Amino acid sequence: MAVEIGGIGHSVQRKEDARFIRGRGNYVDDVKLPGMVYLDIVRSPYAHARIVKIDTSKALAIPGVLAVITGKDLVPLKLEWMPTLMGDKQMVLPTDTVMYQAQEVAAVVATERYIAADGVAAVEVEYEPLPVVVDPIKALLPDAPVIREDRAQKNNQIWHWEAGDKAGTDKAFRESDVVVKQDIYIPRIVVASIETCGMVAQFDKIDGQLTVWMTTQAPHAIRTVIALVAGHLGLAEHKIRVISPDIGGGFGGKVPVYPGYVLTIGASVLTGLPVKWIEDRSENIQADSFARDYHITAELAAKKDGTMRALRVKTVADHGAFDAAANPSKFPAGLFGIVTGSYPFEKAFVEVDGVYTNKPPGGIAYRCSFRVTEAAFAIERLVDILALELKRDPADLRLQNFIPPQAFPFMSTLGWEYDSGNYAGALKLAMDKIGYAALRREQAEKRKRGELMGIGISSFTEIVGAGPSKHFDILGLKMFGSCEIRVHPTGKATVRLGVKSQGQGHETTFGQIVAEELGLPVADIEVEEGDTDTAPYGLGTYASRSTPVAGAATAVAARKIREKGKLIAAHLLEASPDDIEWKDYKYQVKGVPAKSKTMAEVAFAAYTNHPQGVEAGLEAVDYYDPPNLTFPFGSYICVVDIDKGTGEVKVRRFFAVDDCGTIINPMIVEGQIHGGLTMGLAPALFEEINYDKDGNIQGGTFMDYLLPTAMETPSWETAKTTTPSPHHPIGAKGVGESATVGAPAAIANAVVDALAHLGVRHIDIPITPWKVQRILKEKGVAE
Amino acid sequence: MRVQMTVNGTTKEADVEPRLLLVHLIRENLGLTGTHIGCDTTSCGACTVLLDGRPVKSCTVFAVQADGRSVSTVEGLEQGGVLHAVQEGFTKEHGLQCGFCTPGMMMTSVALLERNAAPTELQIRQAISGNLCRCTGYVNIVKAIQYAGTKLRETKAEREPAAAGRA
Repeated sequence: MAVEIGGIGHSVQRKEDARFIRGRGNYVDDVKLPGMVYLDIVRSPYAHARIVKIDTSKALAIPGVLAVITGKDLVPLKLEWMPTLMGDKQMVLPTDTVMYQAQEVAAVVATERYIAADGVAAVEVEYEPLPVVVDPIKALLPDAPVIREDRAQKNNQIWHWEAGDKAGTDKAFRESDVVVKQDIYIPRIVVASIETCGMVAQFDKIDGQLTVWMTTQAPHAIRTVIALVAGHLGLAEHKIRVISPDIGGGFGGKVPVYPGYVLTIGASVLTGLPVKWIEDRSENIQADSFARDYHITAELAAKKDGTMRALRVKTVADHGAFDAAANPSKFPAGLFGIVTGSYPFEKAFVEVDGVYTNKPPGGIAYRCSFRVTEAAFAIERLVDILALELKRDPADLRLQNFIPPQAFPFMSTLGWEYDSGNYAGALKLAMDKIGYAALRREQAEKRKRGELMGIGISSFTEIVGAGPSKHFDILGLKMFGSCEIRVHPTGKATVRLGVKSQGQGHETTFGQIVAEELGLPVADIEVEEGDTDTAPYGLGTYASRSTPVAGAATAVAARKIREKGKLIAAHLLEASPDDIEWKDYKYQVKGVPAKSKTMAEVAFAAYTNHPQGVEAGLEAVDYYDPPNLTFPFGSYICVVDIDKGTGEVKVRRFFAVDDCGTIINPMIVEGQIHGGLTMGLAPALFEEINYDKDGNIQGGTFMDYLLPTAMETPSWETAKTTTPSPHHPIGAKGVGESATVGAPAAIANAVVDALAHLGVRHIDIPITPWKVQRILKEKGVAE
Repeated sequence: MRVQMTVNGTTKEADVEPRLLLVHLIRENLGLTGTHIGCDTTSCGACTVLLDGRPVKSCTVFAVQADGRSVSTVEGLEQGGVLHAVQEGFTKEHGLQCGFCTPGMMMTSVALLERNAAPTELQIRQAISGNLCRCTGYVNIVKAIQYAGTKLRETKAEREPAAAGRA
């Protein structure tokens, strides 16, 4: 942990900041190529309609408009449909029917950005509206119109997924003293990274080389998808280069392949010119993939002493018109099986039905790709409802039921092997830090005076680091991590990874892992990601997988270098390799610390004086197949005050105790937690995408879709416990999405706690002032 | 239409359509891509620049409205190889992650500290409430601005010891 090296555990200043604070980042919209033209998209005003006619003549008459592409133009190219990451297919452009409002209908290519927009306005489309299905529960009724006529299966169910012991769970419910049940709707939300999606595509007709600069979290996977989708048009994978430059926030929204990307590539192939497409914010909110939209019915059975025994969860998942989520193949409902949370249930049964509706594709991430937030919210709300039912303090009830530290590794009843944890430790620390007992006393006094104050707890268990090849793939591609390290003769190193930072600070943290393992100063290590021509193949960054898989690959690759370096050090020190040890960031002859060589000295020798029988050079690559997932956890406590006049919920304090195992850079981890908490606050109190009965989106811009500003966001308080992962090479677990997973339940529990004495048991998120005020009026306490 | 303006201290001229937005003039015509675009409703503030010293969202200003005026962008903050205190604060306090909102956020901060060198936390939060950040949760941005405020006050005190004494 030498400070001068900047290894693991140091708050090293971020390397990437140097360009960002000077306005010298390089985002996709900053890419400008000679002769570049612009693409813009015509979108459907209807949620479900037959396209009668598309008249492009007026658009084509505008000087500067080069082409208008419609679905019919894509048919001869066999590009009107594309496969999704979930084994479904999705329209690139419709040939006859649109399936949701804001769906792509045509693309205009023009010499200027503004002229492309003029062209979009001039394309005339005649529609014949069709019946719209907005509600996924109604979509499952026998008389519901079939949305996807292209499928052999003539109803709106996409898939059914279940896990657990149904009969055993039913039996446990029958035998339990207490059962609580709650319908919980987790609304449709959208990640809304501040940078929207976009692409610059450049196709060279002479050598068949396609280069794309793209807002993608998974450049290699995109390269393979392009080759699979457009291979028949001559786009071969060795001639495709995907560059993911600086990314202005991803949070999962930059994993899917959107039609705009395919159209941009198509337009470059068609025109032979470089083509740029950048979404507007309204397009980003209205048409890109959505998160959540889970209609959950959850039941918990317990003994009257509070011991939780069994869990039963039934969910209808609204996936929109195409199943274009990005879950691992075997897990259409993601890792929703973590729904048993931090508790050792004897039995559980969980089932999810994926359903088509006339909405944009759903089911992707919102800083949590794999349905873990939905699971954590359901279980942590249910535990509070049980506490209310049993008249128990929610902290006591949790402490009574937690999986104890000595039970790890713990096999959950739904089949996940939790690697390590100390749940009571985290909750007790949070209670101590925030002064839980005093807050309860304050609440009791305020209640006597009629004031509404609530305290909410969430003790979540995360599941990240997908994943072991035995179970995890996307489109058949295994979800390993990858890292290549090259140590140069002068002792500097280049490190390349198959993941892609979108603000997480990989250039710094992965450098710190190498610094720690090789004893080289972090300043001498350059980390590169996001260029498929140089980086080792990898499945990208999402679902908090970078540190668990690519961080592991980095440590293992560095250790391979250290092993080879040992042979060189032995040669230089004229000792047997068996007598060389790695100590204090140097190779030393055992027991003779004065006889030592640094990694820089060994690197120089690797190219100038390598021992006979050992290859020259000092490079290593590792493709890391994790033996298990990692299970970060935490306990959050939220304090809210409710305005009895306006119904506004004010988050007064929020204390987050997180445990993500070994921490590489405490400053960056804390920053990740702050950001994650804010993206937990957002759906709890503000963000929601609604549709009217005709499928019109309600709130498709930042005027209506309310991201928290600095005014609504509390001053987050944080602390940590450290329970390393036993199977990760440096004990790290991943942290990016933990806080988004854990926070919503803490906030919702706090609001319900403030109103519980009035008989309130549950309020669906987002808990808006309007919803609260309506309850206050009903209960006769509104002011 | 012909427009002329001072951008980061240098006179710039351009022939523009009346409908051209200032942000597009800055990014496309002048090649200053540090100013970003994050929405189309004047909500996110990623495009914030200073127009005659006041923060504006350059996606809601026509280029022609800036004719004859002074525009400051993120590229003009560093002077003679020395970072502005706000830039230093943002990196030291980890006030940025993906970096996309950062230039706009920093320009708003510069304007705040110009008119109030010692803002309270609430004043800082109010000042940046028109700039959305999806990564940081704002806590470290507030600290970054406090850091910059302190540094600017100290620098001023060193430069003008008598004035500082009177204050």
